[in-house]
Amino acid sequence: MHMADALLAPAVAATMYVASGAAAGVSIHKLRKDDEPQKLPVMAVTAALVFAGQMINYTIPGTGSSGHMCGGMLLSALLGPQAGFLSMIVILAIQCLFFADGGLMALGANIWNMAFYGCFVGYYLIWRPIIRSGLFGEGKGAERARIIAASVIGCVVTLQLGAFSVVLETSLSGITELPFGAFVALMQPIHLAIGLVEGLVTAAVLLFVYESRPELLQDVQAEPGEGGKRSFASVIAVLAVVALLVGGGLSLLASSNPDGLEWALFGNAEEGYSENMGLDEESFGIESAAAEKAGAIQEATSFLPDYAFADSDTPVGTTVSGVVGSALVALVAVLISLAGGFFRRKKNG
Amino acid sequence: MNKMEKALHELSEMDDLAAQDSPVHRLHPTAKLLSTIAYIAVVVSFGKYQLGALAPMLLWPVLLFQVSGVSVRTCFYKLRIVLPLVMAVGLFNPFYDRAPMLYLGGVAVSGGVVSMLTLMLKGLLCLMASFLLMATTGIDSLCASLRRLHVPGMLVTLLLLTYRYVGVMTEELAVMTDAYHLRAPGQKGIHVSAWGSFLGQLLLRSMDRAQELYGSMLLRGYHEHFHYAPVRPFALPDGVYTLGCALVFLLLRRVDISQLLGSLLVR
Repeated sequence: MHMADALLAPAVAATMYVASGAAAGVSIHKLRKDDEPQKLPVMAVTAALVFAGQMINYTIPGTGSSGHMCGGMLLSALLGPQAGFLSMIVILAIQCLFFADGGLMALGANIWNMAFYGCFVGYYLIWRPIIRSGLFGEGKGAERARIIAASVIGCVVTLQLGAFSVVLETSLSGITELPFGAFVALMQPIHLAIGLVEGLVTAAVLLFVYESRPELLQDVQAEPGEGGKRSFASVIAVLAVVALLVGGGLSLLASSNPDGLEWALFGNAEEGYSENMGLDEESFGIESAAAEKAGAIQEATSFLPDYAFADSDTPVGTTVSGVVGSALVALVAVLISLAGGFFRRKKNG
Repeated sequence: MNKMEKALHELSEMDDLAAQDSPVHRLHPTAKLLSTIAYIAVVVSFGKYQLGALAPMLLWPVLLFQVSGVSVRTCFYKLRIVLPLVMAVGLFNPFYDRAPMLYLGGVAVSGGVVSMLTLMLKGLLCLMASFLLMATTGIDSLCASLRRLHVPGMLVTLLLLTYRYVGVMTEELAVMTDAYHLRAPGQKGIHVSAWGSFLGQLLLRSMDRAQELYGSMLLRGYHEHFHYAPVRPFALPDGVYTLGCALVFLLLRRVDISQLLGSLLVR
């Protein structure tokens, strides 16, 4: 889900940087207030582990494929949402800088899509309410069931949100000609499947931590009462039902019927929804008025307003001169390379 | 070599590249960071059909590759996985935007093809710029530079610490994965029965170690922030380089050099 620089317009990239920066600022403020300096090495080590752990392939039983774990949910369950968020930022920065996974300009958007949803939405709206609730009853078995449910629902929901944000950001940037609906229909189901698998792997790791060191997990009671033991099979059964419900519900909304989503965004024009969204029905697809609108926003906010997009949609080279000029540029590039090679050889004798 | 060993190899390769010496390497890290950001911002701001105008932006990375002595092949090798993903989104454009835009010797080229090529070129240029930044600037210098730019100390320290541990953790997991696969030949990944314990064991051990690590950091005089090795001050040539780059990028954004050059030859 890492976005590349080329997929974003500068205005969208800058907006996402501001949003992610604000979330990071609040997190740093909260961590400073809590004054837990020893948390920093723990955050670093856990982040490094998650970075490496995301490269492990977990075999999905019954299929030939494999899955990975979900970093955001794991980190926020272990470190809390703020520390988890900062750790995710660092992971994404290293992936971007050293592995070209996501661009430097797109880092703000990537942080938002993967870290913000995974840590804040995943923790405050999913992990904490489920873990603190009396869902599944009392005792250790119920706690295990809650951890599994929170992990799976958390991963599925946060990945869906992230995938939808990718579509929204790319569409607002006016980069792809792929209509909004088709893009959504492409992204959401893939990430639904990924979310389910990631949720299961994350749940397995968190369950292991719970069995050995429950005090490490956020909001989990360190010494739950005995009794109400639940077999692993029943937990898996509950999990399957939860996953199916969440997955089925979301895929109905997002994937198999993308028109439903289009309707949600654009269908209720008479109630002013379209106006609220700042989009209209015609903005889908080929002519992409959304792209123009994004261009207009960009013109207003871009730090390069004079180089606006007024003529950006005009054909590049209806005359041949553009093509010839590009060929000349390529020639210059080759000459620079040859000169570089010549001077290096001369230097090395 | 498994996936993690490959990642480790790539990390150390980047460290090696950054440790070389060249006029680009000797530039102040802040100058390199700012010029790279300016470059990427200008590249992505080009319109989707401005392929010709975008082309001269290629000259900057080409020049940097030559002056820094960093191999272009290394760059493309690193980008081999990422580049197709960038291309994938652009691939849809020719199907949706079919209106002919220009004619090359009687062959019509649709707007979609032009916008696809523009997107691909943009992706390539941005990736090359980021790669050049990291290949000529080590993580330490970059972090020191981020601190100078007032990025919060906690985040910078976390980045630096995490980068160091990424090496340790990845190595450990690479050994664990190899050991697992030697005991489970023919198995594609980690079996479901070991999903939790495989990473969980290392996680618990590492979190305990981190506490000890913090103790030893305190004993060595750590107090909330690191003292970075002195980075030389931002000198006049650095300022000239940054400003010069920014001005050239703006000029290239404003003036379609390809068109201009072409019109000299073709009427």
